Amino acid sequence: MRRSKYERPAHLIGNSGGPRLTTSAMIASIAGADQPTRPAPFGHALSALADKEDRIVGLSADLAKYTDLHVFRAAHPDRFYQMGMAEQLLMMSAAGMAREGFQPWVTTYAVFASRRAYDFICMAIAEEMLDVKIVCALPGLTTGYGPSHQATEDIAMFRGMPNLTIVDPCDASEIEQAVPAIAAHRGPVYMRLLRGNVPLVLEEYGYRFELGKAKLLRDGRDTLLISSGLMTMRALEAAEELRKDGVDAGVLHVPTIKPLDEATILAECAKQGRLVVVAENHTVIGGLGEAVAATLMRSNVRPAAFRQIGLPDAFLEAGALPTLHDMYGISTAKVADRIKGWLDG
Amino acid sequence: MTQIGHNISLPERARRIRRHALRMGEVQGQGYIAQALGIADVLAVAYFHATTYRPEDPEWEGRDRFLLSIGHYAIALYAALIEAKIVPEDELETYGTDDSRLPMSGMAAYTPGMEITGGSLGHGLGIAVGMSLALKRKGSRSYVYNLFSDGELDEGSTWEAAMSAGSYKLDNLIGIVDVNQMQADGPSLDVLNFEPLGLKFEAFGWFVQRVDGNDIDALVEAFDKARHHSGAQPRIIICDTKMAKGVPFLEARERNHFLRVEPHEWTEAIRIIDAGATA
Repeated sequence: MRRSKYERPAHLIGNSGGPRLTTSAMIASIAGADQPTRPAPFGHALSALADKEDRIVGLSADLAKYTDLHVFRAAHPDRFYQMGMAEQLLMMSAAGMAREGFQPWVTTYAVFASRRAYDFICMAIAEEMLDVKIVCALPGLTTGYGPSHQATEDIAMFRGMPNLTIVDPCDASEIEQAVPAIAAHRGPVYMRLLRGNVPLVLEEYGYRFELGKAKLLRDGRDTLLISSGLMTMRALEAAEELRKDGVDAGVLHVPTIKPLDEATILAECAKQGRLVVVAENHTVIGGLGEAVAATLMRSNVRPAAFRQIGLPDAFLEAGALPTLHDMYGISTAKVADRIKGWLDG
Repeated sequence: MTQIGHNISLPERARRIRRHALRMGEVQGQGYIAQALGIADVLAVAYFHATTYRPEDPEWEGRDRFLLSIGHYAIALYAALIEAKIVPEDELETYGTDDSRLPMSGMAAYTPGMEITGGSLGHGLGIAVGMSLALKRKGSRSYVYNLFSDGELDEGSTWEAAMSAGSYKLDNLIGIVDVNQMQADGPSLDVLNFEPLGLKFEAFGWFVQRVDGNDIDALVEAFDKARHHSGAQPRIIICDTKMAKGVPFLEARERNHFLRVEPHEWTEAIRIIDAGATA
């Protein structure tokens, strides 16, 4: 619970606390200091694909620069449509263009697509199975600007929308592979976007993105982490941490949240004796964790234990991203700590 | 221009559209029949004077797109589609019944000639913006018409679309707004005052005309002007219509957004409409 706004910061009235981090820009980098990255992987991948496919157009609601669509705009200026800061119109006009045979790629922030434009995605796009791709920055907790920009429940909302495919990629290489795969899929897709300098994580695992497929990145006897998006990065890092403590942790990456690769999830969870932990950059309500839990229950598959790592059912605080990731338990250190606790408990 | 039935006058087309709508209303015993009677003249001019289409090929690329944003006006559009021979007349007895191609609220997946799924109000104009942009991209000379209602002027999304159409100078987009002064909760201006409507659209960069939406000659002139206007701007025809036009005892009902009509009254209403037959 946040303290009253009438109480001054603790360090100003006492001696408590060490150095305090600053919130930084709207979109804080999620890359570690020495982590390899690639710039604007979505923008470059879409531009390259559009070189080959005339049907692709790009639409922005005054956030091209912040969704990496500015790369597409520079490469294909005549195929870029600025729709203004009007997310309802963004989705309606994309529906109209798709009706006329184009494949619109629309970008905005995940909060605005989900909370503001839901009805327009649902009725103008999804109900008609129109070929619109919705790519949204700031998924989950990837900005320190507070609830206005933190899309902590976008997956919960979109999972309930029929016809919609939901993709939550982990790194730059996966985004690059997901773009052509999503283009080849006929129908509406919602993709959570990591933008800017996006870490490269999955290449060393020999990973290839396939729409609708979960992939085991590493196997482990003691626990299985099931994750999507940036939490797969955290899960892999946490697995390394755990290995130092003698814990053998596997990681199953589930970039397609819907339709869920239930067969792979069930097969992995059926391996006896393991703690299953679902880790997601999303509220624990209505996301990957509950989707996996329901899948296991329906099929009567029972792991040794089942736990969720995700954001709480709360409007989150503002602040520096590393501080918040620690506070809400989705930093690498916290993930590793919690798993150790569960295994010891 | 359509290739069929040039010998049938526009008032007679409007009369037949009213008759088809009344027969569908009779199947249900109730419905949005007052809107259908009110908009029949606009639809007659749209389908038998202004727009280009091929009844046997409703998705012909060269057609004008006619979008029905107001899904509950489906009964009116079905009547026009039946009159235009896009939907066979014998299907009107299936209106709103199981397995029908004519559901109570208009949906693109159900009905030939139904371009979009309306009903969630405030969607049509924005979809029309996208279609107009796309048609320009394709080099098409087709028009996009969007029929929407005064109630939809309450929706913010309508104004996002209006601003965008003006900003993009979409001269292939023709909006038709039915100002029938009646919404679910009562008279439109009591629900939310949208006037001065013409000035609003003008300020948004549109070529504005306001006409008596039950005056066929005025409508013909307005549609012609909308199509032939030389300005690089979207066009809007604000149509002031009378709810339940043509059936005086229904016109007289104070609350007629959703009408319940007794069985003998349907017969009487159709008799009144038939009395106006000219061909």
